[in-house]
Amino acid sequence: MATYSTSEFKSGLKVLIDSEPCSMIEVEKVKPGKGQAFDRVKLRNLVNGRVWERTFKSGESVEAADVMELEMEYLYEDGEFWHFMKTDDSFEQVAADINAIVDAKIWLKEQDKYTMVLWNDAPISVTAPNFVELEVTDTDPGLKGDTAQGGTKPATLSSGAVVKVPLFVNIGDRLRVDTRNSEYQNRVTK
Amino acid sequence: MVDWKPSASLQNLQQRAYVLAKIRRFFSERAVLEVETPLLASSTVPDAYIESIAAQVVEGNSNRKNFLQTSPEFFMKRLLASGSGSIYQIAKAFRQEEKSARHNIEFTLLEWYRLSYSLDQLMAELEELVQEVLDCGPISRLSYREIFRQHLQIDPHEILLEELQELASSEIDLSGSDLSKTDYLQLLLSNSIEPKLPPFCIIYDYPSEQAALATVATDEHGVVVAKRFELFGHGMELANGYFELSDAAEQRARFEKDNATRKEKGLQAHDADEKLIAALESGLPSCSGVAVGVDRLLMLLVDAKHISEVISFDSERV
Repeated sequence: MATYSTSEFKSGLKVLIDSEPCSMIEVEKVKPGKGQAFDRVKLRNLVNGRVWERTFKSGESVEAADVMELEMEYLYEDGEFWHFMKTDDSFEQVAADINAIVDAKIWLKEQDKYTMVLWNDAPISVTAPNFVELEVTDTDPGLKGDTAQGGTKPATLSSGAVVKVPLFVNIGDRLRVDTRNSEYQNRVTK
Repeated sequence: MVDWKPSASLQNLQQRAYVLAKIRRFFSERAVLEVETPLLASSTVPDAYIESIAAQVVEGNSNRKNFLQTSPEFFMKRLLASGSGSIYQIAKAFRQEEKSARHNIEFTLLEWYRLSYSLDQLMAELEELVQEVLDCGPISRLSYREIFRQHLQIDPHEILLEELQELASSEIDLSGSDLSKTDYLQLLLSNSIEPKLPPFCIIYDYPSEQAALATVATDEHGVVVAKRFELFGHGMELANGYFELSDAAEQRARFEKDNATRKEKGLQAHDADEKLIAALESGLPSCSGVAVGVDRLLMLLVDAKHISEVISFDSERV
C-alpha cells in the first residue's frame, strides 16, 4: 500500500484517514526552534464533505487513497442510480447512488458535465459546475415592466432546484444560477 | 519559462536594508562588537530536532565532512571565552528540511551576547530593539507557568504525562499518541496558547527539559526551571534567549543526551564540539545571549504572509 510521509504532504493530496478518503486542503508546518515538529493539516472528508484539522507528528506516514477526479456527462436516472458517461470518448458509463449524488442532485441536467470523485473506482461524490443554466418550470406569473426594483419570489427549475428570482422571471425562462449558494445570476437568451 | 526573478519585491529588499542598518546602529551605540564567524565547520549541533546540512570539503586526496552551521552560537561562545566582550552577529544559518511560510532552509539570524547581563536585562534590551525596528508598544512578559495556568488551567511543571495526553486530545485532533511530555507542552503552546497571546510577548522560565543551552535554576515555587525565554510576535516565534550554560561537564552531558535521542530516532549522532567544550573549560564569562529571526522580524514589518516575500531568492529559486 502506498503511503505518504509528512514531508510529502501538500494541498490536494488524497489520503486515507480513519479508513475514509480525504483530501488535504491546507498543510501548515509547526516547527519550533527547539523541539518536535508537527504538520497541521486541514482535511476534507471526500465522502461526507466534513472539513476539520488534524495534527501529525513530523515523520509519520499516512496511507494514500486511490482517488480520481473525472469529468462526467450526466445521462439519466433509473429510480435507483444516476448514470454518467466518461468524456474521454470511451463511452464508459458509471452509476452513482444517492449518497454520491446528494449535493448535485438538484442541479442535474442531461448532457451537462459534472465532476465525479471515484474512490477505488466507485463514485463517492458528484459536484455540479459553479454555474448552470436551467429552465424555469414553475413560478408565479411575472410582473411586466418590473425589471428594476427588488423583491423576489421562488422559482422551480427543471432540475428540481428552487431558487429566489426577481419578480419579472416567467415560466420557460432560462436562468443562470450559482450552484454554490443557489443564487440567481441572470436570464439567458434562448 | 525559467523563473529567474527574486521572490521579494524591491520595496521589501529596501526595508531589509533599512532594518539591517538599524540593527547595526543599535549595537554600535551600545558599544557591542560586530563579529563574523565561519558558516562551514567540522562539527555541528547534536540537537535531535535540528538537521544540519553536510558539505564535502576536498583537501588534496582526502574528503573532509563539514557542516553548514545551524546557528553561530558555538563560535560566538569561543570568542566570548577568549575575551571578546559583548558581541553580536548578523549571520546566515542553514537547517535541513525547514520549509514553510515561516521557514526557509537558509535564513538570517541576529545573535548577540551580553557579558554579566541577567536574563531580565537581556529581555529589556531585546524589547528596545524590537520596538525600534517594528515600532510596537511595550512587550508583556509572562512565565511559562502563567500562560499555561491562564489559558489551559494547568501547571506545566507539575502535570503528569497521562493528564497532558487527555488534555491534548480534547484540544487537538492528533494522529498518534507516542509523544513525550515536552512534545505535548510544545504542541499545546503552539496550538492552544499562541493564538491567544498578546501581539508581542516574552515567555520565560521554561521547563528544565527544554533548557537546550541555558542554565537551570530554582524558581520562587521551588521548581527547577530553565533560564530561557522566547519572544513571540503575532503568534510567530521571533527570538530565543538563554542565560548561558558555562559548565563544560554539564554541556558534555547534554550533548550526550541529545545524541542518545538522535540514535533513538534513527538519526546519525554528531560528536560533541570539543573546541566548544574546551572553551567552556577555560571559562565562559557569565553572560546572556539571544538569537532573533531577522526574516521573521521583516515579515512583521512589511506584513508578509510568506517568508519568501522578504528574502531576495528563497529556497525554491536557488
